[in-house]
Amino acid sequence: MGAEIQKQTIYDADFGGSLAVSGQPVWLKSIRKQAFKFFTENGFPTPRNEEWKYTNTAPIAKQEFSFETGKVETEVVKNFTYDESAQNTLVFIDGIFAQEFSRVDGQFSAVTLNAAFKDEELVKVVEAKLGKAADFKKNGFAALNSAFLDEGFLLHVPQNTQVKEPIHLLFISTGGKISFPRVLVAAEKGSDVLLIESFVSAGPGPAFTNAVTEIFVEDNARVTHHRIQKENAESFHIGTTQAVLARDSYYDSTNINFGAALSRHDTGMVFTAEGAECFIDGLYMLNGSQHADTHSIIDHAVPHCTSHQTYKGVLGDRSHAVFNGKVFVGENARGTNAEQSNKNLLLSNEARIDTKPQLEIFNDDVKCAHGATVGQLEDEEVFYLLSRGLHRDLARNLLTYGFAEEVINKIEIGSIKEELDEAVLNRLEATLEV
Amino acid sequence: MLLEIKDLHAGIEGREILKGLNLSVKKGEVHAIMGPNGSGKSTLAKVLTGHPGYKVISGEVLYEGKNLLELDPDERARDGIFLAFQYPVEIPGVANAQFLRLAYNEKMRHLGQEELDPLEFNDYLKEKMKIVEMDKSFINRAVNVGFSGGEKKRNEILQMAVLEPKLAVLDETDSGLDIDALRIVAEGVNKLRSPENAVVVVTHYQRLLDYIVPDFVHVLAGGKIVKDGGKELALELEAKGYDWVKSAGV
Repeated sequence: MGAEIQKQTIYDADFGGSLAVSGQPVWLKSIRKQAFKFFTENGFPTPRNEEWKYTNTAPIAKQEFSFETGKVETEVVKNFTYDESAQNTLVFIDGIFAQEFSRVDGQFSAVTLNAAFKDEELVKVVEAKLGKAADFKKNGFAALNSAFLDEGFLLHVPQNTQVKEPIHLLFISTGGKISFPRVLVAAEKGSDVLLIESFVSAGPGPAFTNAVTEIFVEDNARVTHHRIQKENAESFHIGTTQAVLARDSYYDSTNINFGAALSRHDTGMVFTAEGAECFIDGLYMLNGSQHADTHSIIDHAVPHCTSHQTYKGVLGDRSHAVFNGKVFVGENARGTNAEQSNKNLLLSNEARIDTKPQLEIFNDDVKCAHGATVGQLEDEEVFYLLSRGLHRDLARNLLTYGFAEEVINKIEIGSIKEELDEAVLNRLEATLEV
Repeated sequence: MLLEIKDLHAGIEGREILKGLNLSVKKGEVHAIMGPNGSGKSTLAKVLTGHPGYKVISGEVLYEGKNLLELDPDERARDGIFLAFQYPVEIPGVANAQFLRLAYNEKMRHLGQEELDPLEFNDYLKEKMKIVEMDKSFINRAVNVGFSGGEKKRNEILQMAVLEPKLAVLDETDSGLDIDALRIVAEGVNKLRSPENAVVVVTHYQRLLDYIVPDFVHVLAGGKIVKDGGKELALELEAKGYDWVKSAGV
């Protein structure tokens, strides 16, 4: 408790400075002040909070991070970019937009919020949507992100625009820094975009990333979203992704969590009109003493929408994962189709998973299914591969790959898929030497 | 001698199934091991390939003059022993071509020979697929997933064709096959026979031996070989039934 209270006041000076320099509209400054007040009063969530039962955030509160922005060499940035999205890459160093590493092809707007406030059209988008999907009152992390919203970023895809190349938002953190990436995505009516968000570390040393992304998918629009978290194994990653789906819209997200010592991803979506469909899928793959917590909320508030969820986990060593997936089907949500599954592969006796898929249904005219499994590699499968001459580590990696492949195969970017294939197939560093 | 089994006692979960089995196999030979259910046929196949569930109690198995029993299953495979499974295992999410190439390259590396990249391997694989009349759609499907019984057995023989073992053990490869699938599987095996390799066919039925003609037939009963003979022994068995050897042999 002592550490928490102390921590809540540590941010005071930084917050005052941050608020003073920004030339933001009054309404936003007011939100930021309220958010900071919420944080000072509530602090970071503790395991006493049911939603944080299995994830102890004390290590984050105990550590001090710098608010400065680190330096990253061009060569390092290049390691994290993808050929497929080379024309549309937006780079952020410790949460701050780095123009020098970024480029876009002009079919859409990609600007900091402060730049958006100077644009007559974009300011309306920001005013209408910022903070409307992700509530800062959800917990101390969300509040702290809103409090430090001194820059933020807007991705605005105009009506009926099909963005040809994927858009890559690349968040690079450097050792010892704290960052608050904040993204607002507005995909207007009939638009179509593939969005990649990747969170990486430029080098060693613990960093703390506290990110919030809000995504508005308007009528008949389509957003495909790949979110890759591969920060170094000393870092802390707290992320929120919240999507709002309008009539006949489509949102397909694939969330890959490989990195960080401690990570938490809150992914939520709400259907606001009929005929929409979403996929909220993911893969967490952990080693050592990594901890990854996924909390998901799929909210069928309206009739005739479809949701799919497949989350898979591969847990080695002493790692610990948490999956908590809620699907709400509201009173009016007739014709809902919802399926949810969470499957886990434990590769060691010390690995641990706490999984809780939950369905809450308040309408009879629906089709819903959910389930969770926890298992180990099958001895017969391992023997089959050994009997074909595969070394034991390779056999285990290949079976692990087979388990994870369903999620990895959803990735539409070849170089990301290759990167993930490699990561899984070389998981145990299978040596092919005899 | 390629394989020499001397007074082998082995079993599963503390139960002795093989009770003093002797068998010698030379290169270029085809041996059929026949016997009733429960006689130890599959146990022999599993022990030869090192299945962890089966334990050797006593006896000796020499492969190319070396002690086979101290090798791990994957070492035995890379040294040229192949088991065609009675019940091939499904491997979801792993494409047949990828699996076959990994296995092939493990063997090549072991032999100090050049490995093949995916393109080179596909050419090699195409030739091998002709042996079992397999459609090319199979190579990108997950290993054995959604395959019919006959397709699974053909896939086993395809793996044998790719890995070119010195000693192939076919564990009831014929069971559950219709006559067309049986013919394809048997012809595949025949095409792979050479003076440099040997095949041990483990089967309950004489039918397979119409297609894969053995040099030697051994009758296994009660964990021992109770009768040896040529291919005519199989026909005699078919006519008289296993009770005949059980009563005559023990």
